[in-house]
Amino acid sequence: MELAKIFIVALLVNNVVLMRFLALCSYIGMTSEVGQSVGMGFAVTFVTVMATAATWPLYHFVLVPLGLTFLKILVFILVIASLVQLVEFYLKKNIPGLYAAMGIYLPLITTNCAILAVTFENIDYGYSFIESIVYAVGVSLGFLLAMVLLAGVRDRIKTSPVPKFMQGTPILFIASSLLGVAFMGFSGLIK
Amino acid sequence: MKSLWKTFKQGIIYENPLLMLMIGLCSALAVTSSVANGLGMGLAMTFVLLFSEIVISVFRKVIPNSVRIPIFIIIIAAFTTMVDLVMKAYFPDLSKSMGVFIPLIVVNCIIMGRVEAFASKQKPLTAIFDALGMGLGYTWVMIAISAVRELLGNGSLAGIPVMPASYQPILFFILPPGGFLVFGLFISFNIWLKGRMEKSAKERA
Repeated sequence: MELAKIFIVALLVNNVVLMRFLALCSYIGMTSEVGQSVGMGFAVTFVTVMATAATWPLYHFVLVPLGLTFLKILVFILVIASLVQLVEFYLKKNIPGLYAAMGIYLPLITTNCAILAVTFENIDYGYSFIESIVYAVGVSLGFLLAMVLLAGVRDRIKTSPVPKFMQGTPILFIASSLLGVAFMGFSGLIK
Repeated sequence: MKSLWKTFKQGIIYENPLLMLMIGLCSALAVTSSVANGLGMGLAMTFVLLFSEIVISVFRKVIPNSVRIPIFIIIIAAFTTMVDLVMKAYFPDLSKSMGVFIPLIVVNCIIMGRVEAFASKQKPLTAIFDALGMGLGYTWVMIAISAVRELLGNGSLAGIPVMPASYQPILFFILPPGGFLVFGLFISFNIWLKGRMEKSAKERA
């Protein structure tokens, strides 16, 4: 039950993009087509879960016993960066199909702030390993959801008469604002 | 001296990271629900940017080209950790309300972008002016956005109530969707202003 709550809160109530403004660069930059946004969403999901699985044990079994918790920022960013590199090499060599589908997004997500934020929050909230993984999955599927929603909206914007002063980027923020209002409706879901 | 001033002005106006280049948006929208947060984030960012640019610019000839990105990340992460610890020790309330966004300065595109594109190629003195221009350019936009949001959403400025008591705060502006709306309008205004400036420059020519 506790796990389901963590998942729902991460996915809808505190949606990572629309409620917490993380990963905005890829949210604005990679949603011009639905296909592209789905690829990016799954790549982020994959890396977030991997990064959580790597950083949680590292923090609790290496940094805490050695009293080096102040190195958290430095260690986590390096772990994530090298993890992304390794995953890229592995996919390129062994699963070329998957690499073709999401490989191009991998270098971009090293500096995706949602991933780093998830790994920090797992520590700050005191989650256990299982809870951390569930939280990571929830957050990154929330990211995927927001990406697909905006990509759909952008498809409609292309054929709609947008006021001149709103054309281009401003209308994307206005649309996101409206999506955010809709997501606020979920806040009553969890007490 | 003149070129230094020009570098400084680039960051403040013509290449403003938030309004013109549109990078580093995450923190700009997330922490601007009050002026104090906006100012704190802006200064924290300026500090990290300034010192990362100085260090990287001083060592630019020693850093091997092939491993420069990891080295940049380590330097930036070191200064971010400093800011994080100082904020936690001296401004616990501010640090709490900004939460995870202080450590996230490390992956802010503005810093990585300036370090890679500017500091790794320029002399330290030029890099200082670039960092100050970019950092203060970021800060003033943060203050502007948060002033609009706090004024409309809470009826106050930097914690001091300025609206008449009969004013009913529009809570929407403090909530996340309000951040998107205000920023969208800022960009819209900025595009209009840019169009006007180009037009008048053409007429003068």
